[in-house]
Amino acid sequence: MTVIQFVILGAALFSFGVYGLLVRRNLVLVLLSVELMLAAVNINLVAFESMLATSELLGQVFTVFVITVAAAEVGIGLAIILMIFRNRQSANADELTLMRW
Amino acid sequence: MTFADWIAEPVNWAFLAIALPTLFCGFRVVTARNVVHAALFLVATMGGVAALFLLLSAEFVAWALVLIYVGAVIILLLFGIMITRAPTGIDWTLSGEQQIIPGVLALALFALITWASLEAFGTSTLTVVGEGSSTELLGRMLVTRFVIPFEVVGFVLLGALIGGITIARRDLTPLEEEQRGAV
Repeated sequence: MTVIQFVILGAALFSFGVYGLLVRRNLVLVLLSVELMLAAVNINLVAFESMLATSELLGQVFTVFVITVAAAEVGIGLAIILMIFRNRQSANADELTLMRW
Repeated sequence: MTFADWIAEPVNWAFLAIALPTLFCGFRVVTARNVVHAALFLVATMGGVAALFLLLSAEFVAWALVLIYVGAVIILLLFGIMITRAPTGIDWTLSGEQQIIPGVLALALFALITWASLEAFGTSTLTVVGEGSSTELLGRMLVTRFVIPFEVVGFVLLGALIGGITIARRDLTPLEEEQRGAV
C-alpha cells in the first residue's frame, strides 16, 4: 500500500464536504458535511501515522482528540440550530438574513 | 510503482473494495435529496472510514469511530432533523440553486491537494501490518505523555454538554412556572 491512495481518498471526501458545505441550505445538512470533512482529516492522520510509524502513535492520539472535539461540535451545533429554529421557524441558512445589510 | 504493481497486491483489492463504496456514500451525503437518506449515507461513509482504519491496523480508533459516530452522532443528527421538522421526503430545495461555483471550487481543491501530495509523498509506502496491537500503546500514550490534552478534551466535552443543554433548553413561561409551583 502507498500513502498516496489514502491521501487522495481523504482529499476526495474533504472536497465532497466542501461542496456540501457550500451547496446545502438546511443547517443540519451543513453540519453533516462538516462531519464528512473531519472524517477525511482523520483518514490522513491515521495514514501518515502508518507511514511515519512514530514510537508515540501521534497520529492515532490526535485522531482520538479530533473525534472527541467533533462530537462536542455536533452537540453545540445542534443546540444552536434548535435555538434558531425555535426563534425563526426555519432551519435554512439562506433565510437567516436578519444581520444582512 | 506502476499501476500493475499496485493492483497485484491483494491488500489493495481490499482497499478498493472499501474505498469505492465509501466514496460513493460520501458523494451521496452531499447530493441526496432526502434528509434522512443523507444522514444514513453518512453512517455508511463512517463505516467505510472505520474499515480503512482497520486496514491501517488502528483498531481502537476504528471502533471508537463506529461507537461515537454510528452510535451517537448520527442519532443526534436524526433527532435534529426530526425536531427542526425538515421535510423528510424528497425535497428539491435542500440545496441552493448555485451549484456550479461550489462544484468547481471543490474540484479545484481536490486537484490542489492531490497535486501537492503527489509531489510530496508520491512514492512513500506504508507498513501494512504492525507487530501486535496498537491499542496498548495508544492507551499508554493517552495516560502518560498526552494526559494533559486528554483531560482538557474531557473538559471540552463536559463544557459542550452543559452548553448544549443551556442553549437548547426552553425557558418556562410565567404561566407554566406558576402551574409547576402549584403541583
